[in-house]
Amino acid sequence: MRHLCEFRDRGLTISLATELDRIVDRPIRFMEVCGTHTMAIFRHGLRSLLPEDLHLISGPGCPVCVTPTGHIDAFIRIACMPGVTVATFGDLVRVPGTNGSLARARSQGARIEVVYSPIDALNLAEQRPKDLVVFPAIGFEATIPGVAATILEARRRKIQNFAVFPAHKLMPPALEALMSQSCFEIQGLLCPGHVSTIIGANAYRFLSMRYYLPCVIAGFEPADIIQALILLTRQVRYGRAEVENAYPRAVRWEGNARAQGLMQEVFEPVDSEWRGMGIIPRSGLAIQPGFSEFDITKRLDIEIPQVQGPKGCRCGEILIGQCMPSDCPLFATVCTPLDPVGPCMVSAEGTCAAYYRYGRHH
Amino acid sequence: MHGLCGGDLRCLLSLWETPLKNKTILLEHGSGGLASQELISRLFLTHLGNPVLSSLEDSAIIETSIGRLAFSTDSYTVDPIFFPGGDIGLLAVHGTINDIAMRGARPLCLSLGVILEEGLLISDLENVVLSIKEASEKAGVPVVTGDTKVVPKGKGDKVFINTSGIGIVPDGINISVKEARPGDIIMLSGTIADHGVAILTRRAGISIQGDLKSDTMALHRLVQLLVETLPEAVHTLRDPTRGGIATAFNEIAKTAGVGMDIEESKIPIRPEVEAACELLGLDPLYLASEGKFLALIAPEYAAQALDMIRLQPEGRDAAIIGKVTKDPSGRVVLKTAVGGARLVESLSGEPLPRIC
Ligand code: SF4
Repeated sequence: MRHLCEFRDRGLTISLATELDRIVDRPIRFMEVCGTHTMAIFRHGLRSLLPEDLHLISGPGCPVCVTPTGHIDAFIRIACMPGVTVATFGDLVRVPGTNGSLARARSQGARIEVVYSPIDALNLAEQRPKDLVVFPAIGFEATIPGVAATILEARRRKIQNFAVFPAHKLMPPALEALMSQSCFEIQGLLCPGHVSTIIGANAYRFLSMRYYLPCVIAGFEPADIIQALILLTRQVRYGRAEVENAYPRAVRWEGNARAQGLMQEVFEPVDSEWRGMGIIPRSGLAIQPGFSEFDITKRLDIEIPQVQGPKGCRCGEILIGQCMPSDCPLFATVCTPLDPVGPCMVSAEGTCAAYYRYGRHH
Repeated sequence: MHGLCGGDLRCLLSLWETPLKNKTILLEHGSGGLASQELISRLFLTHLGNPVLSSLEDSAIIETSIGRLAFSTDSYTVDPIFFPGGDIGLLAVHGTINDIAMRGARPLCLSLGVILEEGLLISDLENVVLSIKEASEKAGVPVVTGDTKVVPKGKGDKVFINTSGIGIVPDGINISVKEARPGDIIMLSGTIADHGVAILTRRAGISIQGDLKSDTMALHRLVQLLVETLPEAVHTLRDPTRGGIATAFNEIAKTAGVGMDIEESKIPIRPEVEAACELLGLDPLYLASEGKFLALIAPEYAAQALDMIRLQPEGRDAAIIGKVTKDPSGRVVLKTAVGGARLVESLSGEPLPRIC
């Protein structure tokens, strides 16, 4: 992990921050799309280094947060069925649905196991042949190829007691939906690193061309992030709108063809509901009919109703940059990481959790 | 009761309004973070609180006619029971010895209670017992009383261990979280997060280059040396187990009503541990150590204490990582390695790897 060090160098970071301070000569609003960026910015205390006129708004990039309440309810419903084990990423366990969370269901006897990758869930199914193991597949392009590969592997290993709840989200359609809202005012986009390794830098071109929005792809180290902010600011100052790749050590323009192929082999785009944004055309993925035996929604005929999010919670607006956690009256009073009301307070990548944990003295 | 204090007031106040009645115990109530603190304050202290218990130190100090005794108990549930660098037996001996040492006391003896699950291999149990023997002999702290129970299969998880311990507090020694005062130097006796990373990567089935192993070890000799040589130097000791150093900092800051300034770049961490955290998206400040202490030391003794600790094998990597301040009271500020600043809060929820 040698390459990490140079991008975390104090001298480099400070000199980049000084340069950024020099060129920000007017109020600017950028959106960081990815929850991992939000977290990195807070963890390294970068907010204290940024110019006052530069406003960073978090976007719809936290996988748990964009998953709507109807889906959470369905995960809990499935977990409570006899003979079922839900094998899930830990982040999802505490997210509140309409009535309680997976954690609550687990304390009442539902079988819920935390796994670290979809392949762990498949292995669990192999170890527990009497259980139906269900993996709620949430997350963006960065996690999708792994799930696709796991489904192929399940078929290869002829494991029949394994199924996936397809709840993935695709980033470009969501960004397009955001941009077409008239009230949406940002001057540049800090594009996610991990997602871009899969979809490639070219995937953002429509934003710069159609919406004249500067886009810069950034890595996750402090120097990466500030360097990307400098590139964005320069574009704003010189009236340019382009896609720039500030993370070339991981991201290629065309992305990862093999991973894209895996995705297409197993999944197909469908309209999908996002928390805060409603249904966005072709922004989610369904499992291809050829793999429907691994699709829990088909196997158990699961209906996913559209339901209201938690009462009073403004996660939906926060996810599209229309308000800040401090605008939510529940923030840090009723809603805390200990007793979260909405998903943005649960996930490590959630904006409310980040502001609660790191940002309250600003 | 281990590693707890008043917690985040706002959190507690908000929960005060929700009745406990319909709530169930969740896993995070055992995380050592805010949820554990809340359960302890609202339930145990409400009914059992007394001046000694309510101080929530690593061990209780009891005044007797023959002197002051330190008394502590801790239960151990760890999955897997054998992990790189140790097992549940070592942990159970070291943990309680360390809790006693955190008051400057010299541990005398331990009790050992085991709850076994039907079906556990006796050879596995024997290995755990051999570890207990090895740890207690090496530490010079014998197990003097014990108890064994068995529960039906599925009603436990292999083996649960409880150890209690008694120690003697030397005259004139008064080490407590309440003794922390502005100006104190914050010292860490070695690298952070070793135990937490070893367990999490093992549980996740992730193999990472390099040698990730638990740092479980007894610290009483190091503490004794420090306390005997420089009796006035040490104000506070805490071992950053569950919840990591972030939670330990906050417990001290909130209980003592002081602030803390921590320098991220000074915090010792092994490169392979840092790399594993990076890969999994974990913040090492929240991961457990099982063989390290945080010491708050009067500034005039800091250099001497550091030199002394570093000469001992348990304290080779010791470092001064910050200082206690007056303001902001109850708050911990981290100067990040890249020159930024941010607050550090207690652990809430379980430490979890990221998704994307
Ligand atoms: S503070 Fe809590 S209730 Fe308010 S928006 Fe955030 S998660 Fe929702």
